[in-house]
Amino acid sequence: MSLTFYLLAALTLAGGLAAVLLKHLVHCALAVTVAFAGLALLFLQLDAQFAGFAQILVYIGAVAILIVFAILLTRGSDLPKDGVFSKTWYLGLVIAAGVFAVLGWAVLASVRAIPQQDVVPTVTVHDIGIALVGRYVLPLEIVALLLTAATIGAVIVAMHEKERAK
Amino acid sequence: MATNSFFVNLDQIFILLRNWLVGFLPAVLRPAAGVVLGVIAIVCVFPGLFALTTVFERKGLGRIQNRIGPNRVGPYGLLQPIADGIKSLTKEDIVPLSANAAVHFLAPMVLVVTVFMGFAVLPMGRNMVLVDMDAGLLFFFAMGAATELSVFMAGWSSRNKYSLLGAMRAVAQMISYEVVLLLSSVSVVMITGSLSLPKIVAAQSQYTNGFPHWYIFTPWGLAGFIMYAIAATAETNRSPFDLPEGESELVAGYHTEYSGFKFALFFLGEYLAMFSISGLGTTLFLGGWSAPFSFLTWVPSWFWFFGKVMLSIFVFIWMRGTLPRLRQDQLMNFAWKFVLPFTLLNLLVTALWRFMGEGWARWVVCTVILVAAYVVMGRLEMRSEHFGRRSYRYAE
Amino acid sequence: MTTPLAGYLLVAALLFAIGLGGALVRRNAILVLIGIELMLNAANLNLIAFWRFGPHPEALTGMMFAIFSIAVAAAEAAVGLGLVIAIYRHTNTAELDKIDRMKG
Repeated sequence: MSLTFYLLAALTLAGGLAAVLLKHLVHCALAVTVAFAGLALLFLQLDAQFAGFAQILVYIGAVAILIVFAILLTRGSDLPKDGVFSKTWYLGLVIAAGVFAVLGWAVLASVRAIPQQDVVPTVTVHDIGIALVGRYVLPLEIVALLLTAATIGAVIVAMHEKERAK
Repeated sequence: MATNSFFVNLDQIFILLRNWLVGFLPAVLRPAAGVVLGVIAIVCVFPGLFALTTVFERKGLGRIQNRIGPNRVGPYGLLQPIADGIKSLTKEDIVPLSANAAVHFLAPMVLVVTVFMGFAVLPMGRNMVLVDMDAGLLFFFAMGAATELSVFMAGWSSRNKYSLLGAMRAVAQMISYEVVLLLSSVSVVMITGSLSLPKIVAAQSQYTNGFPHWYIFTPWGLAGFIMYAIAATAETNRSPFDLPEGESELVAGYHTEYSGFKFALFFLGEYLAMFSISGLGTTLFLGGWSAPFSFLTWVPSWFWFFGKVMLSIFVFIWMRGTLPRLRQDQLMNFAWKFVLPFTLLNLLVTALWRFMGEGWARWVVCTVILVAAYVVMGRLEMRSEHFGRRSYRYAE
Repeated sequence: MTTPLAGYLLVAALLFAIGLGGALVRRNAILVLIGIELMLNAANLNLIAFWRFGPHPEALTGMMFAIFSIAVAAAEAAVGLGLVIAIYRHTNTAELDKIDRMKG
């Protein structure tokens, strides 16, 4: 387990923790951007260059900016008076800890059965392209349809209503 | 011939210099040292070009506006960047009291770092690319997308209405034109069959009858290049798309509250973004480091690359001095209702070009489709404008 | 930990738990969406880690799944944030505790 893995994992987890714990919304958005960047670097360390660059392009370049715009459009700068955590926050913490306990136990209990492949896979963009229009053409078309529907839907949902009800 | 090998050596002089310098180190350290030397070269050359460009811009704009630019510091004002540098380094660094100090501090750094990363994949000469990535173009656009966040960080952290407005406008503009930038590059990728920038340049550096195979000399390439140039001007917030930072509109937009060295970093970041986007434009459409005619291939490849980049910068400066500013809604309308549909049509025309095979038929068909689409879409857009006859009024 | 793959899986599990905790604990709707994005990212990390260390990485299954997941997550974030903006415009608040009635 190399040093870069530990550093990147620490960066990602710190960003994630900061994103859910900080009070000010824009700080949370910037912290989650750091988490996205850490994840992209982890992808690059796993030799998945296309996924890593796509992560930066989509998550940091689009999703983070969407989150920030939404915070600004919903006046996220005004902090609520009775705290930013809900009244039953301890339940959420217990559930999250429980989920992590189960997942962690599952990983550590099956360590012997985990496959180990030490050959670095050589994946070119050409292979990804051939796979996308070959074996995965149906998901590709469906994702295209989904993205179109989502874009149109998001615009219509968030659009200013031109006329109020008379 | 002796002259032939001389020109080959001149072409590769930087590579030979790097290999000679790296040869002093033990073999284990050589690859890392080579990369470090390349990084040092990029970090020295492009800010140096930036300094030169500031002078050219001010003098060029001055001449377009019928005045002489700066001419006091050095011969013809050429040492002006040194004066500017000393000024920005010694100015007081003012941070507003209510500003978010950490984000305010980080924003210019994030900008400069992500813009510098974009230079890593540009092929600046034969064999002169810092990292030959398989998905180089995707990496470049990923870095471009990351700069938008730093613009927002700068505008928001200043706690200033004008900064925030400028930042929101800049981010909205950059996102819209980013889509156009990506789509106009996709046509090049379709024809070349690779996302790797050195391969795209290699595909353009062949000659038939002395004329190069640059993509700009094809109908879809010309349309794609024009769309790319419009999108590049908008991405770097240059006139006529500089509403987010126009002095007469928004004080200085998202970098209002920055002074001294941080402002110099923003300025550097903007110009470096201009260089890197021009570099990508020359790589994709203008043939990168290849010479315009086959009898000129003896001139070093890095000369052609930097010459084309400086020509693009000259066109940027020319546009800034000539064209009036676009309003924000005109700019967004233009992006989504004209440039984007035209770029999508260009993709279709590129596919048609590829599958029609060699011959004059594909030239005619593609040109006719693109010109007809341009005329039709232009007329559709202008339906709502009522232009009378042009009238002039001269000052008495 | 013991194997590289187990290390990546544990990081992904921890990130998932952090995202889940954030989605359950915070009041603002946008932070719930941030938590959901963190969970999706953790799942992506899982996919890529298994692709890298599992058998037949040349089949590209894990990478493809992750890329489609990134696309779908972006679409879902767009729609979700559009909904939050629409709700804010209607009820003038983005806090989930206050949006507890179906009547407009």
